Amino acid sequence: MAVARVLDAGMADRVKVSLTGARDGRGFLFRTLLQLALLLTVVILAALLVQVLTLGWETLATRLGDFLTAESRSRAHEAGVFQGLRGTLWIGVITTLVAFPLGVSAAVYLEEYAPRNRMTAFIELNIRNLAGVPSVVYGILAYTIFVTLLRPVTGGKTALSGALAVAVLVLPVVIITSAEAIRAVPDSLREAGFGVGATRWEVIRSHVLPYAAPGILTGTLLSLGRALGEAAPLILVGAVAGSVGYSGGLLDPGQLREQFTAMPIVIATWSTNARPGFDQITAAAIVVLLVVVLMANAAAIGLRNRFEKKR
Amino acid sequence: MTVDLDSAVVAKGAVAPPAPLPVLTANDLQVYYGDFQAVRNVHLAIPRNEIVAMIGPSGCGKSTVLRCFNRMNELIDGCRVTGHVCYHGVDLYDPRVDAVEVRRRIGMVFQKPNPFPKSVYENVVFGPRIAGVARAEFDGIVESSLRKAALWDEVKDRLKASALGLSGGQQQRLCIARAIASNPDVLLMDEPCSALDPIATGRIEDLMHELKADYTIVIVTHNMQQAARVSDRTAFFTVEVSSDSDRRTGVLVEYDDTEKIFSNPSDSRTENYVTGRFG
Repeated sequence: MAVARVLDAGMADRVKVSLTGARDGRGFLFRTLLQLALLLTVVILAALLVQVLTLGWETLATRLGDFLTAESRSRAHEAGVFQGLRGTLWIGVITTLVAFPLGVSAAVYLEEYAPRNRMTAFIELNIRNLAGVPSVVYGILAYTIFVTLLRPVTGGKTALSGALAVAVLVLPVVIITSAEAIRAVPDSLREAGFGVGATRWEVIRSHVLPYAAPGILTGTLLSLGRALGEAAPLILVGAVAGSVGYSGGLLDPGQLREQFTAMPIVIATWSTNARPGFDQITAAAIVVLLVVVLMANAAAIGLRNRFEKKR
Repeated sequence: MTVDLDSAVVAKGAVAPPAPLPVLTANDLQVYYGDFQAVRNVHLAIPRNEIVAMIGPSGCGKSTVLRCFNRMNELIDGCRVTGHVCYHGVDLYDPRVDAVEVRRRIGMVFQKPNPFPKSVYENVVFGPRIAGVARAEFDGIVESSLRKAALWDEVKDRLKASALGLSGGQQQRLCIARAIASNPDVLLMDEPCSALDPIATGRIEDLMHELKADYTIVIVTHNMQQAARVSDRTAFFTVEVSSDSDRRTGVLVEYDDTEKIFSNPSDSRTENYVTGRFG
């Protein structure tokens, strides 16, 4: 009896020791480093926002309406972003209309129809590489094709050419994100469809696409938001760095066949202008562009939530 | 030989069909994945309105054979089937036969319940909808299919609710209802109870006994008691490891009345397996 009790006590000690253990020093360090990484990102973002907002606040607070409807002028207190906004709006619309159906179709073909062979793998690899090509390169390509070769269709250095340049730029990203969303659809769902005698097209339309839609929409619209801030390809297809002669309204599609400018161009031009007041209106224009991009992202999230509820 | 599935079905409806004309037959069936042979020399005849169970250890090719019966295998890249699988005398692998049409006549229930992420109602009517059945008939089809699958009373008040809200057993019965709704005459079931608890399994087994009156059923199962309980005939498959390489190929060892397979099998390998002495 006594021996047993002694043994028990020994056991209890050992258990207590092994449960308490040494503090996990490395784990703590690792966790701290991860937190610092996140903190740094948030701080950079916050600093950016604060700087832009404080600098641009006066313009936005005192003459927002005027700033949104006025054209680019040589005097800062009279200048506005209307033409840039109009250009960016139409570029966004046409880019979506071109890149979305084209990209999703290509992704569906790659994932659901194309045979799994070397050719397909080669094409996929190249699409991935295209997504990493700098936007200036797309600008040169777009100049050659859309401004020069397709001048009868695009009208040369027009918003349409700019939009097609941006569409080509986002196309690889749209294809890749859509393909990944389609790949994430469980095979059991496809089998269920085929099992009751659906054709491949019926399985894709009724089950694969609805299931993949949230992923496709999120990826596509986020890449679009990013592309709306691109200045390089637009400069190469001939976006105007000052005031545009064309005077249509914001929603006038006539812009497509006319010379154009866009928000990132306006920002880039103003930011190099040394005259007084231009720092401030540059910041204000950045805020406007940010709001436009945020609105596109909000639309993406709204659409995704709707599709997720449906599925 | 005719390749017209419709005439085959008409023949089925003719007065008093000659007694045990098999619904499905496999002759000299070989299945390859790439250059690897998965199943060798299967000969099998499945009579009308019977339940045939396919049992055997993992990797013996029983699911592969099942999927040959409605050409689901060809959705897998690199899968190749030789030999003949006949449905009412029509070779399913004849190039003129449409796999989509085959799957409308030979329905399938899978291992994991896989309802569409849609409403109960939409799950059931998907088959009829793509087959071009008139919308007016949908309500009737939904009720009769769900009744046959013994699910109607549980879901009749929530036909518009998502199928994903049902329990696992209910989902599997919904999948059976979905298969029935396309009005097939054969149901292939690939381990339909392996993801279910014993109570749900019991309900599905009872259901199979009822469905036997209208359908011919082929079931793959890992559960020997289940095979013994539900089936009229049992096919025992095993794995043969080739001596010169490490290739494992499935072969059909024995196919007979279930009673005989479980009480007095002809092959010692079958006996070892059903008595639990298999390696």
